[in-house]
Amino acid sequence: MGLLSKKDSKLILDPLSDNNPITIQVLGICSALAITAELEASVVMSIAVLFVMGAGNVVISLIRNIVPSRIRIIVQLIIIATLVIIVDLVLKAYAYELSKTLSVFVGLIITNCIIMGRFEAFALGNGLWRSFLDGIGNALGYSLILIIVGFFRELLGSGTLWGYPVLGDAIDKTGLYAFGYENNGFMLLSPMALIVVGIIIWIQRSKSTHLIED
Amino acid sequence: MEHIELLFKSIFIDNMVFATFLGMCSYLAVSKKVSTANGLGAAVLFVLTITVPLNWLLDTYVLQDGAMKWLHPSLEEYNLNFLSFILFIATIATMVQLVEIVVEKFSPALYNSLGIFLPLIAVNCAILGGSLFMQSREIPSIELALTYGIGSGIGWWLAILAIASIREKIRYSIKRSWNYVYYNRIDGYWFYEFWRNVNRRR
Repeated sequence: MGLLSKKDSKLILDPLSDNNPITIQVLGICSALAITAELEASVVMSIAVLFVMGAGNVVISLIRNIVPSRIRIIVQLIIIATLVIIVDLVLKAYAYELSKTLSVFVGLIITNCIIMGRFEAFALGNGLWRSFLDGIGNALGYSLILIIVGFFRELLGSGTLWGYPVLGDAIDKTGLYAFGYENNGFMLLSPMALIVVGIIIWIQRSKSTHLIED
Repeated sequence: MEHIELLFKSIFIDNMVFATFLGMCSYLAVSKKVSTANGLGAAVLFVLTITVPLNWLLDTYVLQDGAMKWLHPSLEEYNLNFLSFILFIATIATMVQLVEIVVEKFSPALYNSLGIFLPLIAVNCAILGGSLFMQSREIPSIELALTYGIGSGIGWWLAILAIASIREKIRYSIKRSWNYVYYNRIDGYWFYEFWRNVNRRR
């Protein structure tokens, strides 16, 4: 990439594969389980996390030399909470229905361990530009998994994608349903997200064997 | 009576982990050994018991629509509901830090067993989730809020104890049972050989 040096582009690309926050570090599982029943909700959640992580990492990196380490957790949480309130108000203003679906899970971005984890592990010790790239990279890694899980859960669970019936009409028995295909309602329940994430982890680790522990 | 009802409801029916999938990160990360899982469960119960009633007070006297009336009649028109995230998380983080300092000072033994988990607690979704559910379910009194906090804490504790016991049991018993199968050459021995070959090839 011309814009970024090799070291900087590694910051963005690493979390997408070998250092993925969900499949390798197993962080931020709560929201990945709870809101991925629809593709639209997972995309909106991803954008929200992208904004909070990018902006939060920049702010933390700016004030990292001023804040005493004894109270840093409070300071970090308040910065995240402020950013999340902005997201929440924007969602309520422009996508009210969706903000009802996401309900408390917008608030729970605050306690998304990926964000605190990156603050502690990266932004507290690195400069502004690198912290920003790291935040964006990790949020993209998170989004990737969220969107994959959301895609399969919505497709197999309700036969739609982004609300559009792509497999035909389940009631009129058109499209695939004419051949006796049934929606798997089980995919809409949260435990199935755990299983889909588990399958992704399985595939990833069998492709790149250096990730296997023991 | 309603206390007992709410207690059982929050422990078993609305269990934090199994019904709402909150606190999953630490639930999966710290459940390798029963003893550490026990410590984290106790710490979650402790912090939930303190923060849910505190946040109930904040919600009732500051955050709800017109809740500031007790301070001055002219404040009735204010609705500070949008501030609930920041105030709740500030209460939780402050309480966690305070508890850490107090426990460290007065009971080093307890600090040694709980202390390492306390920073983890501040970012546990179950704690913030407890306060947010307390707000959205409109729990009517502070005693009930206390009961709700204790109930959800016990529910989380039981859940993490269950998964930690299962994981520890599985890890220690798989080797032992395969050894038994191997030395006695009973049924299933072929599977052991097969599995060993698969692993060796890798």
